[in-house]
Amino acid sequence: MSAMVEIRSVHKSFGSVEVLRGIDLEVAAGRVTVVLGPSGSGKSTLLRTINHLEKVDRGWISVDGALVGYRKSGDRLYELREREILKQRTGIGFVFQNFNLFPHLTVLENLVEAPLAVQRRPRKEAEATARRLLTRVGLAEKADAYPRQLSGGQQQRVAIARALALEPKLLLFDEPTSALDPELVGEVLDVIKDLAHQGTTMIVVTHEIGFAREVADTVVFMDGGRIVEQGPPAQVLDHPRHERTRSFLSKVL
Amino acid sequence: MPLTSDPAVTGDPPAGPAATARPAPRRAGPPGADDPADLKVVPVRHPWRWAGVAVTAVLLAQFAHGLITNPAWEWGVFARFFANGTILKSVGTTLQLTVYGTALGFALGLVLALMRLSASPFLRWVAFGYIWAFRSIPLIVQLLFWFNLAYLYKRLDFGIPFGPGLFHFDTMGLVGAMGAAVLGLALHQAAYAAEIVRAGVQAVDAGQLEAAAALGLPRARRLRRIVLPQAMRSILPNATNEVISLFKGTSIVSVMAIGELFYQVQVVYGRNGRVVPLLMVATAWYILLTTVLSVLQHYVERHYAKGAAR
Repeated sequence: MSAMVEIRSVHKSFGSVEVLRGIDLEVAAGRVTVVLGPSGSGKSTLLRTINHLEKVDRGWISVDGALVGYRKSGDRLYELREREILKQRTGIGFVFQNFNLFPHLTVLENLVEAPLAVQRRPRKEAEATARRLLTRVGLAEKADAYPRQLSGGQQQRVAIARALALEPKLLLFDEPTSALDPELVGEVLDVIKDLAHQGTTMIVVTHEIGFAREVADTVVFMDGGRIVEQGPPAQVLDHPRHERTRSFLSKVL
Repeated sequence: MPLTSDPAVTGDPPAGPAATARPAPRRAGPPGADDPADLKVVPVRHPWRWAGVAVTAVLLAQFAHGLITNPAWEWGVFARFFANGTILKSVGTTLQLTVYGTALGFALGLVLALMRLSASPFLRWVAFGYIWAFRSIPLIVQLLFWFNLAYLYKRLDFGIPFGPGLFHFDTMGLVGAMGAAVLGLALHQAAYAAEIVRAGVQAVDAGQLEAAAALGLPRARRLRRIVLPQAMRSILPNATNEVISLFKGTSIVSVMAIGELFYQVQVVYGRNGRVVPLLMVATAWYILLTTVLSVLQHYVERHYAKGAAR
């Protein structure tokens, strides 16, 4: 199985704070990677560097064989033009903690916006795809509703459908259930599980240990800007090798 | 529940001193003796509110009476001039000044706002400098400058910067009185519009921009389709204020002898000496058109409130 995502010695600082201190990670195509760690461990920042929402200071990331945000020539990395970066991003779906649906557009308009503007698909076709995706996340009847008329769980399901509308080869989830009421978490996780079973490559930053155990192929535990350990969930969650992982799990489980 | 309602209303026999402090009025027997649902609710009376209403009503009536009966208002003269041809034409000029001033002012204001939000410090500083300068200069002073532009620059050349000119205009012919007025109003308006637009854009949640960027939307489309429509919610009330104040501010242009409403009214009362009724003509037109703008504002705001919960 080839690597869909390859991350090599990535460093990132915000001012004088070094958030990522040399991250190396490979994600195989069709696999689900769950990233765990305390807040401030750099897991969200790592996720955001994968679609170049944050630039890396050192190191590089490639998705499906292409460097993210840069072009390599000799021993130099040239920053890509905005247009090229935007094109790369359409292959990478991103789901935010706070959904970030466009509140002034209906659910259907939210879904077709990028396919129309970026991929220049015909409206009819884009809307048909959008309705199919809404059916898949169980919200077919909400196509004409505005985001604020939906519950948090429904909004996040729409956001997932919106990310899928561009038919990305990789999906990134940044704490997709952290802003939800407890009884709404399940419906969102069910949608993500469903995607996982269909072989979508995903990286999920979350605090849902149960979800990690059930769905993840690989669990990555981060702390202080480094990957402390990674492996199959049975190993990392049940027999952690590092003291730091053990103490984190004992607090959240 | 009992915390927010009057004990006499709930009918529950509450414990504590609150229950005895306010017994149900005109009721024999202890509260809660009958069916609690039978207790009548008596609203608090507000006698002073009624006194206020009475005083205000009398004052209003006196004012209206004065308007109608005082012959000095000369309502006959008012009626004769209100829809008079020259006045209507001057109303048209006032509207023209407002429309051009608003359109150009907000177009330039949008550019300035984007410059102020730009990543380039140079562009940010130029925009800031512009806003600083045009907010500092009184409109009337600026208008007189534009009016006297031909004194400063006789000719405008278009060509290579600092190099030879390709074609030119005589400033006198290019910037007539009306042009100078529109230019002055627009440049003045742009400084204020820039700040209003900037405030609106900054009020849009940063997550919206991120989501649009993550979806690969091009920069221009992000602005036009995602940011500006949401910014409009906070831009509109302020922008309408600006348009209304520009609309009335056009009366300042009368110093340049342009035949807008206020100038025309002055011309007429200069000839016939009926100052008050003619000022009332101008006032009535300003009120009427401002009302139209306010109604327009309501509908435009409703359009941009799509999807908003409140």
